[in-house]
Amino acid sequence: MVWDWLPVYLPRFVEGLWITIKLFSLSIFFGFALAIPIGLVQVAGPKWLGYIAHGFCTLFRGTPLLIQLWLLYYGLGSVFPYYPGLRESFIWPILVEAFPYAIVAFSLSVAAYEGHVMKGAFQSVPKGELEAGRAFGMSGFTLLWRVWLPRALQNVLPTLAGEAVLTLKSVPLASTITIFGVYGVGSIVRQDTYRTYEPLLFVGFIYICITGLIVVLFRWLENRVPSESQM
Amino acid sequence: MDFIISTANLLHEWGPNFLRGLKATLLIAIGAYALGITIGVFGALGKIYGGKFLKLFLEIYTTLIRAVPELVLILLLYFAGTSLLNQILEAMGYRPVDISGVAAGIAVLGLVQGAYATEVIRGALLAVPKGETDAAIAFGMSKIKAFRRVILPAMIPLALPGMANLWMIVTKDTALLAVVGFEELALVTKQAASKSRLFLEAFTVAAFLYLCITLLSNYFFKLLERRTMRGQPKLDQV
Repeated sequence: MVWDWLPVYLPRFVEGLWITIKLFSLSIFFGFALAIPIGLVQVAGPKWLGYIAHGFCTLFRGTPLLIQLWLLYYGLGSVFPYYPGLRESFIWPILVEAFPYAIVAFSLSVAAYEGHVMKGAFQSVPKGELEAGRAFGMSGFTLLWRVWLPRALQNVLPTLAGEAVLTLKSVPLASTITIFGVYGVGSIVRQDTYRTYEPLLFVGFIYICITGLIVVLFRWLENRVPSESQM
Repeated sequence: MDFIISTANLLHEWGPNFLRGLKATLLIAIGAYALGITIGVFGALGKIYGGKFLKLFLEIYTTLIRAVPELVLILLLYFAGTSLLNQILEAMGYRPVDISGVAAGIAVLGLVQGAYATEVIRGALLAVPKGETDAAIAFGMSKIKAFRRVILPAMIPLALPGMANLWMIVTKDTALLAVVGFEELALVTKQAASKSRLFLEAFTVAAFLYLCITLLSNYFFKLLERRTMRGQPKLDQV
């Protein structure tokens, strides 16, 4: 084991860590924001929206994230230049970067997996509680915000923790479309130094640390949310 | 309309390659799944009945594998596994061999699957009421017979949803082998895309093929679930 490359590449690893965390948290944020309506329309209707949401979940849960990422970046990315208006428009600078494609691909994937989880979560809230809310004169939105969503989230927090770790572990896939997170920097070190194991072990170590952090964070959240046994 | 025509052109030229990639993907997925179940059964038994040392070892195995990204694991196990094997062969006086991509892929993904399968099967084993095992032993069944006749049929319906999930994961994880240069569906697609310059069409075809695998397996697992659940009270909807 030779670790003399580590001090040289440490600043790049810090940069990579920042990119990894940025990609991870933005995807979770946008993905989850989408997942709530996706779960909700499958339970509360309207029916045709529910079918679309279900189809979306099946499609994105049924294909590998790597293929989705390549389809967006290489596939759509190769089609965009043929639309003449697009080159002059203000979004063109965004379309030539790899990072936005990764955010979109990861968010859609998170939305599909979490949307499926949220569907079950919304279903698991007892009907009586919703009726009680309505009897109190709550409007639809207040009912969702004050009763339905909190109760649904409370039930699936452990599942969401597991899903978050799975999302984190798929972030290295972004290195295939030139985004150098922690894993990407590890590959650069491997190419520069011809060392196979040490950079990989180091990348693995960083990921174990982030995973540990996520687990602790969710455990803290679970403790803050009153559970049935405590009430 | 253009899209359909260029997709047809792509399939005309690259169709056989796609099929070869699909075959390789399925072969590896099935092999890795079988290896994963084997590791899972022994891992679960070891975690429940094993000694202190074995339990600790299995705990480290399942925790590490589940916390490190699959891509890192695949590279580590692929390089470490092949060089270790060749070192052993050399030490025993044999010549080093080239390990086939299929075998390496199955071994690596199987080891990853094994960690998840261990947890799924352990959970199912622990969920079988202890009274049923006690009753089997009281009837004079040997431990192996009690396992085969009582515990196994009772735990399969409990493990099936988790195991179905693992199958979906392994079929999609095979795409990661493209990164170590193994010619399965994802890599074949990438080659076809860059040679034909039909990126959108090629990746759409690949996505469609993966989706077919998923939908067919979904259907199959639903049938299996119905069969293993017969004669049992319905589980609560989760």
